[in-house]
Amino acid sequence: MSESLKIKKGLDIRIKGKAKEVLTDNLTFKKFSVDPSDFKNINPKLLIKAGEKVKAGTPLFHDKIREELIFVSPISGTLAEIERGEKRKILSLKIEADGLNESIDLGKPDLKSISREELSQLLLKSGLWAFIKQRPYSTIADYRNTPKAIFVSCFNTAPLAPTIDFLLKNDRKSFELGVEVLKKLTDGKIHLNIDGSKSVHEVFQQLKGVEINKFEGKHPAGNVGVQIHHIDPINKGDVVWTVQPEDLVIIGRFIDRGIVDMSRYVALTGSEILNPQYYKTIVGAEIEPMLKDNLTQEKHRFISGNVLSGKQIPNNGYLGFYDTQITVIPEGDHSEFLGWMMPGINKFSFSNTFFSKIFPKKEYSLDSNFNGGERAYVITGEFEKVLPMDIYPMQLIKAVLAEDIDMMEKLGIYEVAEEDFALCEYICTSKTEIQDIIKNGIDLMIKEMS
Amino acid sequence: MKSLRKYLDKIKPNFQPGGKFQKFRSTFDAFETFLFVPNHVTKKGSHIRDYIDLKRTMSIVVMALMPALLFGMWNVGYQHYLSVGQTVTFLEQFWFGFIAVFPIVVVAYVSGLSVEFIFAQIRGHEVNEGFLVSGMLIPLIMPVDTPLWMIAVATIFAVIFGKEVFGGTGMNIFNPALLARAFVFFAYPAKITGDFIWIEGLSDKSSKIVDGFSGATPLSQAANYAVDKIPSDLTLFLGNIPGSIGETSKLAILIGAAILLLSGIGNWRIMLTTVLGGLFMSLIFNLVGANPYMQISPITQLLMGGFLFGAVFMATDPVTAAQTNTGKYIYGFLVGVIAIMVRVFNPAYPEGMMLSILLMNAFAPLIDHYVVEANIKRRLKRISPIQK
Repeated sequence: MSESLKIKKGLDIRIKGKAKEVLTDNLTFKKFSVDPSDFKNINPKLLIKAGEKVKAGTPLFHDKIREELIFVSPISGTLAEIERGEKRKILSLKIEADGLNESIDLGKPDLKSISREELSQLLLKSGLWAFIKQRPYSTIADYRNTPKAIFVSCFNTAPLAPTIDFLLKNDRKSFELGVEVLKKLTDGKIHLNIDGSKSVHEVFQQLKGVEINKFEGKHPAGNVGVQIHHIDPINKGDVVWTVQPEDLVIIGRFIDRGIVDMSRYVALTGSEILNPQYYKTIVGAEIEPMLKDNLTQEKHRFISGNVLSGKQIPNNGYLGFYDTQITVIPEGDHSEFLGWMMPGINKFSFSNTFFSKIFPKKEYSLDSNFNGGERAYVITGEFEKVLPMDIYPMQLIKAVLAEDIDMMEKLGIYEVAEEDFALCEYICTSKTEIQDIIKNGIDLMIKEMS
Repeated sequence: MKSLRKYLDKIKPNFQPGGKFQKFRSTFDAFETFLFVPNHVTKKGSHIRDYIDLKRTMSIVVMALMPALLFGMWNVGYQHYLSVGQTVTFLEQFWFGFIAVFPIVVVAYVSGLSVEFIFAQIRGHEVNEGFLVSGMLIPLIMPVDTPLWMIAVATIFAVIFGKEVFGGTGMNIFNPALLARAFVFFAYPAKITGDFIWIEGLSDKSSKIVDGFSGATPLSQAANYAVDKIPSDLTLFLGNIPGSIGETSKLAILIGAAILLLSGIGNWRIMLTTVLGGLFMSLIFNLVGANPYMQISPITQLLMGGFLFGAVFMATDPVTAAQTNTGKYIYGFLVGVIAIMVRVFNPAYPEGMMLSILLMNAFAPLIDHYVVEANIKRRLKRISPIQK
């Protein structure tokens, strides 16, 4: 039984710089970085020293508690540097590619005969398990659980997000193999959720044994958390796994060839990019080659991911582990005379308080200015308009602030991730850091429930 | 504007901790952010933020109050010259009203903002914009002849005990502006009741009032069962009648309501259900019809007194109203019902709207509690469609 759902709430932020469907695949990337902070709730223990040679698939570190959770090098080369912060916390592992593209061969598994247990062990060993996440908490899935269902959101509604159909175009076979892997991992259903406003892409037409659900609506209709909520909601004790389709391709390649090949397509987007388009790159690769001769003369903010929930990186930064998008917007560190009083023809807003509302199609260049100061919550009822879930956002946020675990549980902390509240944060009149609040709530739950 | 920016940057260090004027830090902050949207950039979470902030929100509410304020000024002059039997030009009427009303506005803002600034400094917070609206609402719901010192005392009382003791804007239980009105109403009953307070200069016994001019508001006429003396619905709607400064013209209030609804700042759920609640209760009273007050038509009921002003500007205060959407329907409806009920059953308190909103402010958290409980139960009960 496949479902077709319309999501009414939400907001598509009309920001400039969507990537054209053009692909550049001849760039070479020399520097790579694996950043343990990309993985929630992981305490890294190194398996390798600086200066050692690595291949694609060489284990770099594992989690201190769940030692089977291994994280591997995306590329062959040398581990050039281990960057550490306060208390010698590992910030990132920098790898310099040698251009040989050597990989560790773990052997090509036979999907028909392999058991579920063997398959999970193999994925753990390959380091690709990190691509499988779970709800509650949106952390890397616990391999000891069997999920009641696995969800793959096959469209992305975030601002300037890449078109997933385009990303999958050249990797159809790998994607199909990835789906076969998911079938092995659960006795429950596999839900592939696609954009209901477009015709069904051929990639999905021939898949068997999966649910194809259609979703129509504004952001965050493409967020997997919202989709789970509407199809098979998480109650206390339920576990659901999620994978991004782009990551499923990497898992599929591994099944096909027995090696780790983390190359992927990313969209280079944002109003400050002269030619926003797609590039072929590799997980953890430097972004500089893509930006060369491709930037405006402003002061920039570089983001790995989208403008709502991506990670800020320096101009010589690296692509995050899960990201398939780089966004560059103007840095907004300027003050504006009586800015709050202006009619605001050029100020995109969810509210109806600016005259920009009279241009319903115009796209804007939005910068990183806070546009106000932090206040106590005054306005009510605004978050409900952009959170398409049967959850009271304000009440949940306040329960988190009060660290009231019982109430958080009742109000739906198991169902949400930071990204689901990103729009609430964007429109917040009181300028509070809602994603951070939700993150703290999830961290508290992980601590208390383990 | 660059020179102003430079000047601010130059004097700013004096207001930082350790500077000469560090005690005025939040005051400086308030003025600086009033002049310039600060250059702060996002650090965590979302990299872009909506252009809306509390200053914008509150200034739109203040804008929505302008028609009522301007009409109120004119009406103060009009009523005065009517009471003394002079015919003067429109401008003279307005000017008289301006001279009478403007000091009230200034006193309300100065006394309230002083308290706000002091508390912001003690707490180390930025000054919150909430009082920009309260400071405009307070003059509009006062009788014009209220002494200025009384307005100052009432405002200070309302800001301290209505707001700051709960933690400031956003944390208060009762609408501060209504609390100021209630304070005046209950603390100075001798001075602030009767038919003379609604017109500037009338309580001054030396003034020469035209014979037969009463100054009574429609509400007090109704309370005395002098139903025939209530002006026509059209007059009530246009508002050239005695009453609190901003409440008389329903036309001006509706213009304000249109601004609030179009901008999405005012909550349509509360406005709608409050009006429905008022109509509902008046209709019930019509059916009972035990006394002349009960027989007043629902439309007249809504047009009398501060009902509409309360429904548009006071009941919709997001902080003190119910916070959940379902809760807002219930809250608004009960505000309307109780306002009419208080009016009709207790003529000693002609303005039922004030008491009704304050009462429902107290009950709003309870309404929300049950709405949220229902959500929790619903969430516990749901079984996924797939497991069914």
